[in-house]
Amino acid sequence: MKSLVAVLTVLAGIIGIWYLACVPMNIKGVLDAAERGGEVVEPAEAQTRRDLSSLALAAQNGFAVTRVWSVERPRLPAPHQVAWELWDTTVMKKVTSKRSLVFHAQVTLSATLLGFAIGTGLGILLAVGIVHSRVMDMSVMPWAIVSQTIPIIALAPMIIVVLYSIGVQGLLPKAIIAAYLSFFPVVVGMVKGLRSPDHMQLDLMKTYHASKGQVFWKLRLPSSMPYLFASLKIAIAASLVGAIVGELPTGAVAGLGARLLAGSYYGQTVQIWSALFAAAILAAALVALLGLLERVLLGRMGVKA
Amino acid sequence: MNMHMTSQVDSASGVVQAETVIEARGLDLVFGSGDTSVQALKDINLTIDKGDFVSFIGPSGCGKTTFLRCIAALETPTGGSLTVNGMTPEEARQRRAYGYVFQAAGLYPWRTIAKNIKLPLEIMGYSKAEQEKRVAEVLELVELSGFGGKFPWQLSGGMQQRASIARALAFDADLLLMDEPFGALDEIVRDHLNEQLLKLWARTDKTIGFVTHSIPEAVYLSTKIVVMSPRPGRIHEVIESTLPKERPLDIRDTPEFIKIAHRVREGLRAGHGYE
Repeated sequence: MKSLVAVLTVLAGIIGIWYLACVPMNIKGVLDAAERGGEVVEPAEAQTRRDLSSLALAAQNGFAVTRVWSVERPRLPAPHQVAWELWDTTVMKKVTSKRSLVFHAQVTLSATLLGFAIGTGLGILLAVGIVHSRVMDMSVMPWAIVSQTIPIIALAPMIIVVLYSIGVQGLLPKAIIAAYLSFFPVVVGMVKGLRSPDHMQLDLMKTYHASKGQVFWKLRLPSSMPYLFASLKIAIAASLVGAIVGELPTGAVAGLGARLLAGSYYGQTVQIWSALFAAAILAAALVALLGLLERVLLGRMGVKA
Repeated sequence: MNMHMTSQVDSASGVVQAETVIEARGLDLVFGSGDTSVQALKDINLTIDKGDFVSFIGPSGCGKTTFLRCIAALETPTGGSLTVNGMTPEEARQRRAYGYVFQAAGLYPWRTIAKNIKLPLEIMGYSKAEQEKRVAEVLELVELSGFGGKFPWQLSGGMQQRASIARALAFDADLLLMDEPFGALDEIVRDHLNEQLLKLWARTDKTIGFVTHSIPEAVYLSTKIVVMSPRPGRIHEVIESTLPKERPLDIRDTPEFIKIAHRVREGLRAGHGYE
């Protein structure tokens, strides 16, 4: 109960700051519109207003302050505007409609999940190779690290162009970009996890004359599970970012990335913000789902709840 | 799977007697090379017969654990000869000639006690029915019947260590190597486990190699006490115990016990070189 109060206080604080930030962000637009509508604003010339600070303008034109939260195309939309847009484009629209965020989210989600599956599979395979082979450790690990230093925004168009030239388009290019971002945390986490058994545990397996395969399945893999889940939570969020970035350069008409792009073309800030929130909610749901899976699995593995 | 190797005689060398389990001759072990090298073991000569309970005692760095690890083929000697059941330690390890108990119980936290004991049995390919039978047997042997379904964190330290002993007893190895198994436990639990270990030894007729820091523990348990000294690690003295095989806990108050303990202490002091 006490922590609930604390959580709600923080949430209220964030929303409060957001509402306050709308005042300096939107006041000039509001005053310009008011002037066009024939109202008297201080100072009268647009040129003079441009040189004044937003806070000073707000102080001199008290009547306009309440309007900053209901501008049609604000620089910064107010929380309730974003919330209404989210409600309007999810619950109020049919999911098959191009105006439904559920429709766009599901397009992005399918690329995210496919990319996550590819990235996780690849990451685990690479980690197994790295742990068992010194050559792979020295030859693969540096490239895996280098791969993550290239900005994905620069690489994504190239991946899409190259794949398009060999006839691959649609879901797969986006999934590959998502996989590119998500395999890395899995590699790093799994290498750490597969190496986590201590000397004594490895010696014990040696006294049983256990094969490498037995050591892997009975010791290394179970030991790595907590590390794997920590990695998977990062990987699924990275995967979603990858899928969204993959939608930007294609001029895609569907997906949260396409929604963001369209919003910025037409100055629809409310649409941009609601798409951002949809992406954040989706990521949170995916991470929470993995957390649930982790609790069930580790619970079965005897971890104290 | 035939595990009864102690009765086999090494026909190639002809020098190994049927009753000899471990034979070390002029054993040396040097870690590293050049200026940084450390002589961990120097000229170790020791014979352990079937059914012996041999304790290795000495200060830190005397090589008692290292010698045990050599027997287990977890370390490779750099000189001399060492045979286990007439074979090289490596061959003996491959034939699963021994069970090893480490200082920490080292149970897998994601396995129940029963499943922990099954671990070596799974690896060695015992049938499911045989696994169940053996788990029940060894749990009874270490007085943990009824705890098979518990996870390790639900057990006390002493119970965990008993489970790890059960794990080492589950498969057919006639040799049990124990590296300070009770070192981390308190005195009362330790006394109890020592008593249990002696009973277990009497019932199973195993050969036991036991590393310890404690003089009373070594004297109480052993038929043979190997006193070692450090830098380089070597055997200072081997003391044959004159105590009877039947040993209640209060044997530790008898003059006989005190006399042997005194000899061990003298040996440790002489080997230590503090004078």
